[in-house]
Parts: sequence; C-alpha cells; structure tokens
Amino acid sequence: MLEDLSAKLELALKKVRGQGKITEKNISETLREIRRVLLDADVNFKVAKEFIEKVSVKALGQEVLVSITPGQLITKIIYDELTLLLGAKNSELEINPTGPTIILIVGLQGSGKTTFSGKLAGKMKQLNRKPLLVAADIYRPAAIEQLKQLGKSISVPVFSLEEKDARKISKEALLFARQNGNDTVIIDTAGRLHVDEVLMPEISDIKELVNPTETLFVVDSMTGQDAVNSAKAFHEKVNFTGIVLTKLDGDSRGGCALSIRAVVGEPIKFISNGEKLNAIENFYPDRLASRILGKGDVVSLVEKAQEVFDEKDSARLEEKLQKNKFDFEDFRDQIKMIKKMGSLSSIMAMVPGLNPAMMKDAKIDDKALVRIEAIIGSMTKEERKTPKVLNGSRRKRIAIGSGTSIQEVNRLIKQFQEMQTMIGRMKQKGFLNSVFNKKSFNFN
Amino acid sequence: MQLEQQNLLKREKMGLFKNINIDKLKSGLAKTRSAIFNRISEAVTGKVKLDEDVFHELEEILITSDMGVELSSEIIEDVKRKLVYESVRNEETIYKVMENSLTSILENSFTNVEYEPDYTNFKPYIIVVVGVNGAGKTTTVGKMAHNFYQAGRTVIIGAADTFRAAANEQLEIWAQRAKVSIVQKGSGADPSSVVYETVKKAIDEKVDVVIIDTAGRLHTKNNLMDELSKIQRVIKKLLDYAPNDIFLVVDGSTGQNAIQQAKAFSKSVNLTGLIITKLDGTAKGGIVFQIARELKLKIPYIGVGEGIDDLQNFDNSLFVKTLIGSN
Repeated sequence: MLEDLSAKLELALKKVRGQGKITEKNISETLREIRRVLLDADVNFKVAKEFIEKVSVKALGQEVLVSITPGQLITKIIYDELTLLLGAKNSELEINPTGPTIILIVGLQGSGKTTFSGKLAGKMKQLNRKPLLVAADIYRPAAIEQLKQLGKSISVPVFSLEEKDARKISKEALLFARQNGNDTVIIDTAGRLHVDEVLMPEISDIKELVNPTETLFVVDSMTGQDAVNSAKAFHEKVNFTGIVLTKLDGDSRGGCALSIRAVVGEPIKFISNGEKLNAIENFYPDRLASRILGKGDVVSLVEKAQEVFDEKDSARLEEKLQKNKFDFEDFRDQIKMIKKMGSLSSIMAMVPGLNPAMMKDAKIDDKALVRIEAIIGSMTKEERKTPKVLNGSRRKRIAIGSGTSIQEVNRLIKQFQEMQTMIGRMKQKGFLNSVFNKKSFNFN
Repeated sequence: MQLEQQNLLKREKMGLFKNINIDKLKSGLAKTRSAIFNRISEAVTGKVKLDEDVFHELEEILITSDMGVELSSEIIEDVKRKLVYESVRNEETIYKVMENSLTSILENSFTNVEYEPDYTNFKPYIIVVVGVNGAGKTTTVGKMAHNFYQAGRTVIIGAADTFRAAANEQLEIWAQRAKVSIVQKGSGADPSSVVYETVKKAIDEKVDVVIIDTAGRLHTKNNLMDELSKIQRVIKKLLDYAPNDIFLVVDGSTGQNAIQQAKAFSKSVNLTGLIITKLDGTAKGGIVFQIARELKLKIPYIGVGEGIDDLQNFDNSLFVKTLIGSN
C-alpha cells in the first residue's frame, strides 16, 4: 500500500538521521523531500504545505534541543503528526442501540460502493446481525443485479423495487426491514459526481428520508488532488460520518486519505482491499502512519526486545518459530524474557498490524504467568518437547505436581495451541522477519 | 501501557492540524478554474517583475491538476526560460507561454484526428479495453459500440469480464442500447474462451469491429495481468494482425498511481491508446501529461458522462485551456 511512500520518506529521513544537530539548512532540505514525497503520494497540495510548515516549526523549536538525536526526533514528529492527521484513534462503526442501524453508502462512480456494501453486509452477518442490502442505484445498468448476486453469495437479503425511484426504494426498504426483523440496513446508492445537479439533491433527500446511523463516503485510494473537492462537496450535502478507503491492495500510496481527513475531519472507518467479499478491514491511523514511515512503535518494540534477547537465543527461537516447532521449553524461556520486557499483552499492543481481536482470541493473561511457569516446571522434558503426549493421566500428574488443577493445565495446553496458531499468523504477517532481522516493518 | 499513554498525550500536544483554520483551508481548496486564473492575473499584473511567489502559484495550479511534482517543476522552468524573451509579461503572455509549454507535451504524442478504426485494411478490426476496477471500461465499451454502429458499422462486443458480479448483465444492457450483438459466457468462465468465440464469430460473420471488455484488475496482480497477455495471444492466434488497438481506461480523477497503471498495463499488453473518463467533474486529468511523455499513447476518446453519447474526441489545445483555467 504505502511502501513506496515509506521508502521515499526513509530516504528523506536518512539525510537527517545520524547528524548531530538539526540546522535550518539541513532540515529544510529534508522537508522539501518530505513535501515531494507527500505530493507524489497524492496528498493535496495545500494539506501537504500545512503539514510541512508545522513540522518545520516543531523541528526547529525547543523540542529539538532536548532530543537525544535529531533524526529520532524528526522521525517521531513526522510519525506523530501523520497519525494525528489520519485520525489519532481507531473509529468503529456506529451501531444504533435502540432501533435498526441504517448505513448509507455514497460516493463517486467506480469508487467501489457496491462491492463494499456486500463486504459490510457480510461482516455484519458475521457479527450475528441481520443485515438487509438495499439496491438504490437505479441508474447504472445492472447495478441492482450486481448487488443481488453479491447478496446471494453471502446469503443476505437484497431489497429492490421495479420502480426507478431511489427515494421510494430507500424509504420502503426501511419498512421491509422493520417487518422482517433486519437490524442493519445497508443502502447502496448510485455513484455520482459531486457537481451533479440532479443526483446530489437526490442523495441529500435519501439521507433526510432514512436518517442513517452512518453515512459512509467510499473513496478510491488511487484518487488524486481532486479528492478534497469531491469529499468536501459530499460532506456538505450529506454530512457523511465516515470514510471508506478502497482498492488499497494495489500500489497506490493512498495520500488522498490524508487530504480528505484534513479537509472534512471525519474518521476513516474501513479499508476495502480486494475483490473477495471478506476483504474488509478496520482502519487504524497509527498503522497507516507506521506504514508511511516504515516503522512506528515497532521501533521501540525492537529496542526492548534487543535488550533481552541475545543474538544466539533469538536465532534459535526464530528457527523454531519459522518451523512452527515452538514447544513448552521455549514457552518457558519466553515467559522469563517477557517478564523482563513487561507484560505480554502490552508488548502485543505495540505491534502495529496485530488485530486486538486476535489477541483477545489468544487470551493472554499476564497474572497467570507464575502458575504457567509452575505447570511447565512439573512437566517432564519429553512432555515439554512433545506436547502431543500430554494425555489425561499425565495432565493429572502435572496438576498435582504444580499445585494447580486439571482445568488449569488443560487451559494452558489450549492457550499454548492458540499461541502456536497466533505465531503462525504472525509469521504470515512478516512479523518474525521484521523483529528478528531488524528489517523495516511490512504488512500485507 | 503507560508509555503508550504518554505518547498519545504528547501527540495531542504536538497536534499538527489543531491550529489550522479548516475553513480557510476548505475555501482555499474550493477555488474554481476561473478563480485560479484570476489569481494568475493578480499575481502577474500586480507586480512589475515575476517573482518566486508567482511561480509557486503556477506550480500549485499544475500540481493540483495531478500533473506530478517533477513535470510541474519542469514546466515552470520552461515557462521561466521562455518568459525571458517576452517583452510584456502580463496575464496574457504568461497564459500563452504556459499553454504552449503544456500543449507541446501533448503534441509530441497525440493527434487531434477523430478516432476511427482502419476498416479498409483490417476486417474485423479488434479493440481490447483494459484498466483497473471502476475506471469506466464497460461504459466506455458501450459508448464506443454506439459510435461505430452510428457510423454504419457492424459491431460485436465480447464480454470477457466473467469475474465481477453482474458484469455480463451490465454489458448486455449497453449492447442493447447501442443495438449491437454481444458474445457472453456464464460467470466464472475463462475470459480467453469468450475472446476466442467473439473473434471467431466476427470472422465468420464478416463483422467490421470487435470490442472486447475485460475485467477490472489492479495492475499489481500478476496473475490477472498474465490473463490479459493471454487474451492478447489468443486474439493474435486467430488474426495475426490483431488486436489492432488496446486501450487503457483511466479514471480522470486518478492521481500519480495512473502512471504506475499505464506502465504496468503496457508491460503486459501492447497498449495503443489511453481513454480518460469522468472528466465531467472537477478533476482536471493532469496525469495525461506524464503518461503522454512516458508511453507515447494516443488518446482516442475522453469520457464526459454516463450517457451513450458522452464520449468525446480529445482536443489537446482545449484540454490544456480547460486545465489551466482559461475556458
């Protein structure tokens, strides 16, 4: 997604990094580079300009004097400012607690509204909600048919009418939803240009009629400088409450996300990154900023990790992780190291790209570490090396030996298995390579 | 974690955009073309000599049109050089100089002749339309078919987007509107086989022109790009002179990624032309200049709306005038 931008920023920052002092001269060169990087990434001209001005003020100010190295400080400032501009916190989809949650999907032609509507419906279904898709795009040929096919493939009902009246379709869809117990209504509207004098009033009317919980503006991540104009016009007409960034599976740098955030101030709520219906992700501004800089909090994670892992140990562990041969012996070693680093969950929280939901699945409980050590300590060497042999009677023996219960032993074994799964997932995400080889961080 | 909270607090304090006057930013971004042009006038007429500020203004016009930083600076340098030879540096001169600079980039690679397939030498004449998702390929295919039919030609459309939901149905409606025939297979069918059948049918029925609509694909997906190369090979096997044209459709509001798109598509297939769509909005399509320079593609059409007649010939001088705001 933003690797190119990251690479360029990296290059720009290199010029400042490692220098003893930030002077107005060497910072101005770097900032010129950063400006160029931002503009090449399609960040709007004015947004980029404001950004550069503020960063330069910071870099030349007092804070520079107290920093350890100028390069670190500038990296930090840029990262912080990018994160802030992108939204500072992750923004969840608003759910109406009292009635049906109505989500109105708007945007320009070809931005990916219909596909996103399908993805969102699928996600809602997974969350045990009862979504209804509404085909309100009466203009584009076969748009209704497209939504029907998408709905069918995820078993979500699609509401449509023969009549060519998007206002009526939207209104009647709400009635239909009420009658059929659909708690989530996703209205897919026609793509329209923000200067369209017929269709902009239409979308504004629909918004008035259905009073949506969320109005999501879908924008192609490849959009250039004009993104600010279309976003602004849509925001004025329908006051959208969130942004959806699509087609991020390509190599666009997505700078338009920065521009739109800066101009309309609404949060980015989803990333839609592929043609498959499960290709929908929540948006995390810090991850995007980390990605822009090719680092982020992972820097401090690596630093912490380096304090406790010595080269030899980490090489051995890495090999085991790569081969998925992580056993209870390693688990015990890890617990010891983790104790030195801080809590496991806090360490996981620092890793951009690791889904908090995933961590919840793994049920990391810091307080249990002591008991876990005791349980592992009561295992034989064979059991630690080959956890598969842990049958009922062995588990009972371990429980007695460690002064815990069979339930706790079972839970640990289950957690261990979950951890192995998680390690597998982390491996897929390139986490292990980046930590152990100290390469730049990369999420795909 | 404590450290995290501290960082967050620090971030809040260092809030970059906290003190920005958003309204000012918004109104600044809302400048219309004429407003921008007036600004050139102000910038120029209000001063005896053109200073750096004026050139910054010019740079802004170019960059906000999606022309890219590099090309914009080159053009500014070019304008600066040429202005040295102008005795009167008023609004009119600077406009002319800039217009000439921009038009010359397009002149090297484009002609303003109306696009027409070479029916005399090739029958059937084969056109393939490619591009990323949502660029406007299917709409463009429908409009092109309509144009050719109106010119008295027989046309077959090949529906090679067998992937996207209801792509078949969408193209079928366009074929009906344009009153031309269409070759389709079920969703999930091999696109190459659709292409084969379409071209075969066109040969058998002595049809004048074939337009193949392909599925939208991001240029970074290698397997999908290979699929395009295969389509090209399949056509070539049937007709060694074909495909005659492969047009890349690019959304006019695309930013710098359009260059990546054009380069990647031209690696997979022999692109012969570029169609810029959705130019009826406020996006100015400045990406055309870089693509023009880089790949030397002609522009057979531009898309300016969803109606069947909304395909226009490309006029580089008019395009430049619109871009810099004199129209």
